[in-house]
Amino acid sequence: MKAAVITFPGSNCDRDLAVAFEGVGAQVTRVWHKDTELPAGTDIVGIPGGFSFGDYLRCGAIAARSPIARAITGFAADGGHVLGICNGFQVLVEMGLLPGALLRNANLKYICKPVALRVDADNSGFTAGYGAGAQITVPIAHHDGNYTADPETLARLKGDGRVAFTYLDNPNGSAADIAGILSENRRVLGMMPHPERAFSPVHGGTDGRAMFEGLIGAFAPA
Amino acid sequence: MKLRVFVTLKAGVLDPQGEAVRHALGALGFEGVNGVRQGKMIELDLAETDADKARAQAHDMCEKLLANPVIESYHIEQA
Repeated sequence: MKAAVITFPGSNCDRDLAVAFEGVGAQVTRVWHKDTELPAGTDIVGIPGGFSFGDYLRCGAIAARSPIARAITGFAADGGHVLGICNGFQVLVEMGLLPGALLRNANLKYICKPVALRVDADNSGFTAGYGAGAQITVPIAHHDGNYTADPETLARLKGDGRVAFTYLDNPNGSAADIAGILSENRRVLGMMPHPERAFSPVHGGTDGRAMFEGLIGAFAPA
Repeated sequence: MKLRVFVTLKAGVLDPQGEAVRHALGALGFEGVNGVRQGKMIELDLAETDADKARAQAHDMCEKLLANPVIESYHIEQA
């Protein structure tokens, strides 16, 4: 599996994401936001957490208009896999690759703690490493993770099984307890929790590791 | 030409910041504040001198970057 991890000014989980991909045997290329093309043969693009462009204007808004974002839009349109974590999720909704938006947390606080999640979608490369209904614990660290979408969109996401992860104890006010959603073709995932921060025993938990292992399986030669 | 763009959350989108401000106003003794909605104002200084063209330009900027049409609405005024 060839992974491309994007770095914007203000990204701060890019290295962690690269280390997680490498930890399951992926070949990782780091890509700068001003680059206009992804490396040839890229299987998956990782958009990391952080505070791209200082969260100016809206979280993820400026990163979503960067030169590399155009390349990622084309890559996704061609059926490529894209994983956006935290700020990466905010970038994906601003790019229009995922529906809805992420508002300020309902309690107005920056929340940084491990949270319990339920895996709701089992038929995607991202969730293949978990059984449907599995409960996992992964940290969140965000100020703007309160997912919102119009009622029709929420109904469609649920009906099509595109809600990948839900919070067991909603920390931020997200509609329908949504922590992560999939695109229509199930190859783009945006999620607020950080699986790359629950990868190694030194992190205090390893529940995020199965996501990366599941992805490796999705790209294994048949 | 200078223009002001006002970006606000759409009606129906919960505004937790506005709610917090409303509670704070109540705590200060301001009675009868039924609602507070918070937004942002962006001042544009454009080289364009034709008012209609400048407004059209600002409109395009709102659609492409300044506002997120999923959650926000906007209006443009001449400064």
